[in-house]
Amino acid sequence: MATAVEFRSVCKRFPKASYDAVSNVSLKINEGEIVTILGTSGCGKTTLLKMVNRLYEPDSGEILFFGQPIKQMNPIELRRKIGYVIQQVGLFPHMRIGENIATVPKILGWPKQKIEKRVDELLELVQLPAREFKQRYPHQLSGGQQQRVGLARALAADPAIMLLDEPFGAIDAITRRSLQDELLSIHRRFRKTFLFVTHDIHEAFRLADRVLILNAGKVQQFAVPAEICSSPANDFVKKLVDSAREEQLEWKRGVCRK
Amino acid sequence: MEKGRVPEMIQFLLRYPEKIFVPLLQHIELTGLTLLISIVIASALSLLLMRSRWLSQLVVGFFSAVYAIPSMALFALLIPLFGLGEKTAVIVLVIYNQFILVRNILSGFHSVDPAVVESAYGMGMSEPQIFFKIRLPLASPVILAGIKIASVSTIGIATIGATINSGGLGTLLFEGLQTMNMVKILWGTLLSSLLAIAVNLLLAALEKKARKAVNGED
Repeated sequence: MATAVEFRSVCKRFPKASYDAVSNVSLKINEGEIVTILGTSGCGKTTLLKMVNRLYEPDSGEILFFGQPIKQMNPIELRRKIGYVIQQVGLFPHMRIGENIATVPKILGWPKQKIEKRVDELLELVQLPAREFKQRYPHQLSGGQQQRVGLARALAADPAIMLLDEPFGAIDAITRRSLQDELLSIHRRFRKTFLFVTHDIHEAFRLADRVLILNAGKVQQFAVPAEICSSPANDFVKKLVDSAREEQLEWKRGVCRK
Repeated sequence: MEKGRVPEMIQFLLRYPEKIFVPLLQHIELTGLTLLISIVIASALSLLLMRSRWLSQLVVGFFSAVYAIPSMALFALLIPLFGLGEKTAVIVLVIYNQFILVRNILSGFHSVDPAVVESAYGMGMSEPQIFFKIRLPLASPVILAGIKIASVSTIGIATIGATINSGGLGTLLFEGLQTMNMVKILWGTLLSSLLAIAVNLLLAALEKKARKAVNGED
């Protein structure tokens, strides 16, 4: 299986910080898998993600994109091959939904007809009928619908990999579940590589082929969900898994006070 | 306005139209030239200051202090350097406008949602694309508001330029005051007010249009 992204001894420290945001991370992400990056806030998971599309540059080590060091690539060209979705969505408020989704294809100079077709296709994919939504503006959509558009926009130019930074973090529990299901079905259909950052252990385990657990910038464990549950690599991972189990027990026992 | 003055004003207009239209045109020219130079300089300054918050605070603070100097005093201060006439008037007006324009241009760009800019970078848009397609359109309502305020304030302060021979509607006002000619005073007041109101309405309409576009309203 081909390697989509490889980290080689990557370190990153922000100016004025006294610790590494990402500390000596080495790992390989296979083409076509969903890797969720799980950790508490400030653990370095977003930093790790943003180094892949060069919004941040590592201090040392290197990152390979399908075997090629990204340092040697033009960052703008690189980003056009990578879908990027963030929690705040960041749709362009002055452009219609159709124009938002068409941004990268337009930059790449696709013919008009191909762009139109692609936009309609993507809107159907994220379950927003083109006829109803294409001409609307972002503020006319709910939070969940906006993130669907965010997803469609990131997928527009058929990127090799997708980076998702807590994309469903600000969305209510019911909508979040259906978005997770849709993400999985999109993944099954196209088999793209997904790197998905979250602090929600349930989300991380539900979506992942493999889960990457980070703490204080260091990899704690990187394995398939079942392995993490059966043999946690250290105390931190054990605590994390136990806390999720306890929560589950509480639900079974009935969390609602009678 | 006293009723009796209206026929007198019309009579004056018919007999000496050049005494009204020449100052009016001069005033429009003075204002237009001032705004053009002001916007060019303020844009360049803002682009330079955009990346440094403390430097922009320093510069805006400096211009706000200059803005507090009464126009008569600033004219007096600059006459020894640039002499009497239109040039000095334009320089003073341009200096005043820097406060309003630089402040609004910077706050316009700072008002753009960082998440929108981040997603633009993340998608692989280039710096010029992000500037012209994202930042500038989204900052435009606040920038237009600044241009509106600067225009109205320029039209007002430009009347005082007449004291240093810059021409314009101020000439009518000061001549009228010196000779106690009520008709000239009324024409000067009326035209400068109308000019200010018209420009304000026009730019307010543009600003509203830009605001609607930014918020995605048809």
